[in-house]
Amino acid sequence: MKALIETIVQPLVDYPEEVNVSVEETDEKIRYHLTVNENDVGKVIGKNGRIAKAIRTVVHAAGSDINKKIFVDIM
Amino acid sequence: MREITASGQTVEEAKENALRQLGLMEDQVNVEVIDEGKKGILGVFGSKRAYVKVQEKVDLVKVGEQFLVNVTNEMGVNVEVQTTEGENEIVYELVGEKIGLLIGKRGQTLNALQYLTHLAVNKIDQDQYVTVVVDAENYRYRREETLSQLANKLAYKVMRNREAVKIEPMPSFERKIIHTALHDHSDVSTHSEGKDPNRYVVIKPKEE
Repeated sequence: MKALIETIVQPLVDYPEEVNVSVEETDEKIRYHLTVNENDVGKVIGKNGRIAKAIRTVVHAAGSDINKKIFVDIM
Repeated sequence: MREITASGQTVEEAKENALRQLGLMEDQVNVEVIDEGKKGILGVFGSKRAYVKVQEKVDLVKVGEQFLVNVTNEMGVNVEVQTTEGENEIVYELVGEKIGLLIGKRGQTLNALQYLTHLAVNKIDQDQYVTVVVDAENYRYRREETLSQLANKLAYKVMRNREAVKIEPMPSFERKIIHTALHDHSDVSTHSEGKDPNRYVVIKPKEE
């Protein structure tokens, strides 16, 4: 799943090598923490959070067979 | 993206040299003339060579294809991407198993994939802009039929109750289907309210 987030985000930013995803997992939830170069923040959030929402939608679809709540935090 | 600078007696010759070195055809590159060169007297004295910068054009179609293949693979779905190219438009059709997962509830996953692919493709080259459509199992067409029917059903309700109706938020290309379906309606009018991604269509009775 970490790789999925990287695969989505890297082509959208100017500094793909600075895309980093860390994971925090508990019994009920998995929290992915995405960080990018500060100049790329807008490129992963988008106007009114449109890009962030699209990333979350794809991640949730991919994780639909996991019985945990999935969160994707940005920055 | 490969890029080289080449020279020759003339611009034409410099360009040919560059293409030979890159092993590409003229329609696969962008050419920028750096120096037109000078012929000189008798083609010898005071002559200056011509210089061109030749850059390989990125194939936007391939960029989108690769993006969709990579992302769906990471989602754990095996699909084939079939591409149709139109004028300033690329349509990607996802074919394979677990298509339902890729479409999602009311197409929200398909719409997210389409939006992200659009961003990845249009980021490459500021000089080329293309519309990206991602489709699967003819979903776009089926959705259009559903939305047109919904629009007409709601228009009837609005007429009967003389009361405006709000439809759930939709992306712009879906709102357009509603607007188009009721464009020539004699008793109701449509407009959108709110901000993307929560912008929605309102159908209201036409004022007498």
